[in-house]
Amino acid sequence: MTVALCATTIVVLALLWEVAMPWIDRRVEARRARRERRAAGAAPYDPGRERRAEQRARELLKSCVNEEEWGMYRDLGFLRVWGGQSRPQGARELQGVDYAYLVYPHKPIVAYLPQTGQLLNEYCVEFPDEARPYGTPRLPDSDDVLAKWMALKGDERRLISEANLHLPGRQVDTRQVQRDLWRLGRWERERLARASREASERSSRRAETADG
Amino acid sequence: MKFLRMRPGYGEQLIAEGDPAIAEDEQRLVEEFRRQLDGGMWAAIPTSAPDGRREAEMVHAFEDIPQDTSRVIFFPRAAGGAR
Repeated sequence: MTVALCATTIVVLALLWEVAMPWIDRRVEARRARRERRAAGAAPYDPGRERRAEQRARELLKSCVNEEEWGMYRDLGFLRVWGGQSRPQGARELQGVDYAYLVYPHKPIVAYLPQTGQLLNEYCVEFPDEARPYGTPRLPDSDDVLAKWMALKGDERRLISEANLHLPGRQVDTRQVQRDLWRLGRWERERLARASREASERSSRRAETADG
Repeated sequence: MKFLRMRPGYGEQLIAEGDPAIAEDEQRLVEEFRRQLDGGMWAAIPTSAPDGRREAEMVHAFEDIPQDTSRVIFFPRAAGGAR
């Protein structure tokens, strides 16, 4: 009886050890990283500072993109950028645009076909600031989106050549992207409907003023 | 003309400001521009088309910056993400 009890205790302890080891390892690793960061003089994580940084980044993004793009980012959390706009010949018209990108903060850029919704590729790209002023190389979310937007608009080929190319679904869930494309379509329809409603209200007000 | 730089934990930061028509300011801006590019930054100029479309131009030399530019944004150069 005693032997069986001892054996059971040993087995239970061994199992607990197996389960607890990864958790203990993570805690030790996190503590070591914290100590190293403190020794290097890096400021600790401050949620208030990050929030203020993100607020500034949003203002900068808003001042660079047009009203439609800002609304898209504010309402949906991503931007659509048409492909092939930074051609050396300067072809800036949207006629014949046959692909586009979805730009998410700190996620790969997803290329797709607007006509069919077919996903083409994921372009994994980051803008790490190795100066790490607050211990992290990550830009605020909206700065990351703006950096991608400017690089795609200004030199699409260069950005894409720097990125790691993957098939869709590697990092961004394809179901989420399809859902986002559906949300984007609905958002655009609502925006168009609102614009035409406002235009007809304006014209009817003008007509009333002219009659009066 | 303002030079802005994106920074983690900060947002954009004004790193230089001056009138390129003034020789002294221009010299300072040229030096800062070179310092940023040598430090691994990319530089872009957000622009507005007359039809309201917003674009951006990447610039590789100070001489490429149009005279009427009000701001140049520096951001860390792109690197391939998760493999």
